Amino acid sequence: MSTPAPTLEQSRPTGVVRALTDGWVVAKRNLIKIKRVPEVLVFVLISPIMFVLLFAFVFGGAIDTGGVGYREFLIAGIFAQTVVFGATFTGAGLAEDMQKGIIDRFRSLPMSQAAVLVGRTTSDVVYNVLSLAIMALTGLLVGWRIREGFLDAVLGFALLLLFAYAVSWVMAWVGLMVPSVEVINNASFIVIMPLTFVSNAFVPLESFSGVLRTLVEWNPVSALTQASRELFGNVDPRGAVPDAWSMQHPVLYTLLWVAIILVVFVPLSVRRYRLSAGTK
Amino acid sequence: MTDMITATGLVKRYKEVEALAGLDLSVPEGTVLALLGPNGAGKTTAVRVLTTLLKPDAGSAVVAGVDILADPDGVRSRIGLSGQYAAVDEHLTGFENLEMVGRLYGMGRTQARSRARELLERFALADAGDRPSKTYSGGMRRRLDLAGALVAAPPVLVLDEPTTGLDPRSRVQMWDVIRELVASGATLLLTTQYLEEADRLADDILVIDHGRAIARGTADELKSQTGGERVEVVLADPSDRDRVHSLLAEVASGEVGVGENGRELTAAVDGGVGALRRVLEGLERDSVAVLDIGLRRPTLDDVFLSLTGHATEAADDATTDPSETAEVTR
Repeated sequence: MSTPAPTLEQSRPTGVVRALTDGWVVAKRNLIKIKRVPEVLVFVLISPIMFVLLFAFVFGGAIDTGGVGYREFLIAGIFAQTVVFGATFTGAGLAEDMQKGIIDRFRSLPMSQAAVLVGRTTSDVVYNVLSLAIMALTGLLVGWRIREGFLDAVLGFALLLLFAYAVSWVMAWVGLMVPSVEVINNASFIVIMPLTFVSNAFVPLESFSGVLRTLVEWNPVSALTQASRELFGNVDPRGAVPDAWSMQHPVLYTLLWVAIILVVFVPLSVRRYRLSAGTK
Repeated sequence: MTDMITATGLVKRYKEVEALAGLDLSVPEGTVLALLGPNGAGKTTAVRVLTTLLKPDAGSAVVAGVDILADPDGVRSRIGLSGQYAAVDEHLTGFENLEMVGRLYGMGRTQARSRARELLERFALADAGDRPSKTYSGGMRRRLDLAGALVAAPPVLVLDEPTTGLDPRSRVQMWDVIRELVASGATLLLTTQYLEEADRLADDILVIDHGRAIARGTADELKSQTGGERVEVVLADPSDRDRVHSLLAEVASGEVGVGENGRELTAAVDGGVGALRRVLEGLERDSVAVLDIGLRRPTLDDVFLSLTGHATEAADDATTDPSETAEVTR
């Protein structure tokens, strides 16, 4: 059988290397969109600023946070909430690509089957970096301070980004399942709102009791918030030590969640991508 | 001539619907096969299976010498797919779209860029190449999408309804582009619900309905399967209908068809020109005025109707679309 040999595929790297190189091509494509539709970025950045200001000035006086000022207490919680919400972006982007047939084009190319997802989750890290930077600046303006060392602060931001990256893979999976962008926006709102509000992000752990308190203690968003607070030095040094293990070792507990989410959802999403028949 | 695409017994079910019910097809190297059928006939499913986007429930296929199930990645590096909906990223420029596709085929940056420029030039998009593609017209987007399928110069091209939704002028432009591709030696599988499109572009036509092939042949062969030529009369005055009906019945080899508006009468005839002359003489004798009379070969619409027992859904479009009504009246 005469097969005109394409000169392309023979020397191609395989596996992880190809997933990363192809993923980078896809990530660049997603980032070009920031340049072309800066409005998206503006709204991505405005909502966290709004949250900082609303909570700092509206609820600030009403919530007792012990030895730490509310604004100082609040910022890590807003960080956590924003990066978790940011994952919706991943799902919405994929749902949109499915709807427009772009996923079909990608799937008909001899590229890594993981690349579209690697690219999307990677470009969304860039969004998160930008929104963390903007929020940190706003925070500094309203009185938030980093009180631990520089390295700890860097670790705090890194942990936030890592957790966000993991949640992106969850939303990637959801994005490939739902029929449209509208669905994913609503779906993520329904899941993420309780996840971030039934946590210590906006009110101290001590204000919850009973079953709700247990939920809050073991909620990964609480651990992420607690870990960031500790790393930024925004906890009351004289405050009581919480009794739940997850709150005593918030960094470890958060990393555990990151690992579990990635182990489950990376293969799940890649499989879903391979099977996705696309929309019509 | 070897076959560049062969498929045997492809089956694909969606819940209770059988989208493909044992489809067989083959496309010899350097030729064009049109899959012709109405919406829901299984055309797009067939394309999705052959381009590795969908796994068949049963059956096998070999594309460009590579088994679609054993080595889907190998198939992908040898095909170019242009889908039903132009899959271009509207935020990227035409150039960026093509460069990205080139990179994903595994080209280096320089190669991908020069190939992108070359294709923009070839598809008359050079001037628009650095504008975001959302500023493009429907026809331009379709050409960009087709250019995307050609980035790696694949030996097999699959075009899923390449002109659906285009205005008549863009459609004719697209046909020219596709004909050029074929002239340069590509093997092409094309789906369409426009009978005229299949007629104009394809060497061979495979008529499919309910997920299986129901006829195959050149446009001429399919037309001759439906019987010979037809005499068609368009009346000036509908009240002459019965008189003309009986005139046609004398020469007809089968039933005389009456159009929905009651002015058009059609009869399949064996005698061709002789039959036409007899009808003309009859009209002359009875001094019946007609708007039009002619002898024509069956269109693929007639073919489809006689093969499947139902008309194509595209037939409705065809009557309103000027490019579809150009038929030969001899």
